[in-house]
Amino acid sequence: MSKNTIPVGPFHPLLEEAEYFTLQVDGETVVDIDLDIGWMHRGHEFISEQKTFTQSIYLVERICGICSTSHPIACVHAIEDVCNVEIPERACYIRTLVGELERIHSHLLWLGLAGHFIGYDTVWMWAWKYREPVLQMFEIISGNRNHYGMMRVGGVAKDVDPAAVPELSKILDMIEKKMIMIAKVANDDPVLKSRLVNVGVLSKQDAINFCAVGPTSRASGVPADVRRDEPNDAYGLVDFKVIVTENGDVYDKLVVRVLEIIESIKIVRQCLDKLANIQGPILNNVKEIPPGEGIGRYEAPRGEVFHYVRTDGTNRPIRHKVRAPSFVNIPTFMASCKGIPIADALITLAAVDPCYCCTERSLKVVDHNRDSLNINLLAASRTRTEEIRREIHGR
Amino acid sequence: MGWYNKRLAKSIWVFHVSASPCNNCDIEILDLLTPYYDIERFGIKLVGSIRHADVLLLSGIVNQKVGPMVQRIYQQAPKPVFVVGVGTCPSSGCCFNDSYNISQNREEFIPIDLYIPGCPPKPEAMIEGVVKLVEVLNG
Repeated sequence: MSKNTIPVGPFHPLLEEAEYFTLQVDGETVVDIDLDIGWMHRGHEFISEQKTFTQSIYLVERICGICSTSHPIACVHAIEDVCNVEIPERACYIRTLVGELERIHSHLLWLGLAGHFIGYDTVWMWAWKYREPVLQMFEIISGNRNHYGMMRVGGVAKDVDPAAVPELSKILDMIEKKMIMIAKVANDDPVLKSRLVNVGVLSKQDAINFCAVGPTSRASGVPADVRRDEPNDAYGLVDFKVIVTENGDVYDKLVVRVLEIIESIKIVRQCLDKLANIQGPILNNVKEIPPGEGIGRYEAPRGEVFHYVRTDGTNRPIRHKVRAPSFVNIPTFMASCKGIPIADALITLAAVDPCYCCTERSLKVVDHNRDSLNINLLAASRTRTEEIRREIHGR
Repeated sequence: MGWYNKRLAKSIWVFHVSASPCNNCDIEILDLLTPYYDIERFGIKLVGSIRHADVLLLSGIVNQKVGPMVQRIYQQAPKPVFVVGVGTCPSSGCCFNDSYNISQNREEFIPIDLYIPGCPPKPEAMIEGVVKLVEVLNG
């Protein structure tokens, strides 16, 4: 039995971000997979500790451009957890509205890229065509297509104009019609089915063992959803279903995402109805943030985002820890990629919707003997590899 | 090389280099190719290999790990090749200037010919940037 190594990346035409996979193959079958990360590392946690709380909300927005409101929501939850501030009702609905619209655009983006990865560019063009109205809705609400800058500690930065609600509803109706059509297409299309069913199966036990979150776990039959389990903002006040499927293959992950878009549209519609009726402030001013520590959780499109903030009474966090969903979803490749043909490997890698920007924002080398700033991460990484190699080979 | 540039300007093939961005400029670049903006009508096409590229679209702050790789990518590209820095990151470093992993002198790895500022720039701005490049190539 001979094994070959196939390198994929760091700049591969099919990868949107720079990442480096090493696939060990035997004939056509993948027997092992390794992932080298760090190409996207920008050191957010370190920068955040030098910024004020208001600035760090804008900073965490730039962890990832796709889930660019999930990180700020989790971050403001963490800071609000420290200072125990009440959020006005209207602000709760606006937060949920923006968060759910982001889920729609993120899932559509994944659907398009998945179609592109399996060489089915029609799916890509269609999905991204219907993603465009969602971005227009964002432009009406926040003024930006991406990086909305809506979150503040104690509320939101910008109100939704009641006069814009009918227009938003109109765009939403159009998107819903198209999404129902796409759900039907996913159900009927023989190409999608034969290409995706029983490919890259992640069993329920594996999903639990690897602590998978988000659509990755829900497609494997683990009904974990922060929106339902620990409702914050307006999630306790709106009606929605948590989509769970059983098989754990790539097709089920597609079905979960498409059905979640339809659920998100339901939530957005309820939020818009409420916003047309209720009035009130959108921001509670926070004068002082006491010493303490707080956590914030939010269900991002890819799974649970977790932020931890420790404060000392000044206007800066002294520790800011971020755990992104892809960080726990990426290791599931070890279970789902082994034993499948190499042609299926890439769509399996893409199926968890990995976001390397989220994952790699913060790898901090702590060495108490040296100033951590002066460590060259790359050199440190190479030295570590060399040490491990010596340990294994004994020389 | 005036005659060459004029022919190049008719149909620019671009290669996308993501050098530690936040993903946002990248999805906006991909958005350009989809039906709403559809820059293929100007002859602009995203190619899979660096060896086919006329223009590199660079996004991100170029961190210390990806820097040497970006340099290698640039060396592999057939010359003349033009580099367009998309977003605030390649021009000023955006909010990552305090980071320990940013490469302070990005021009060391890859010389950038044209900057399109914005975080992220709107697709219209990107189209305008490329049109300006075409004007320069046409002389």
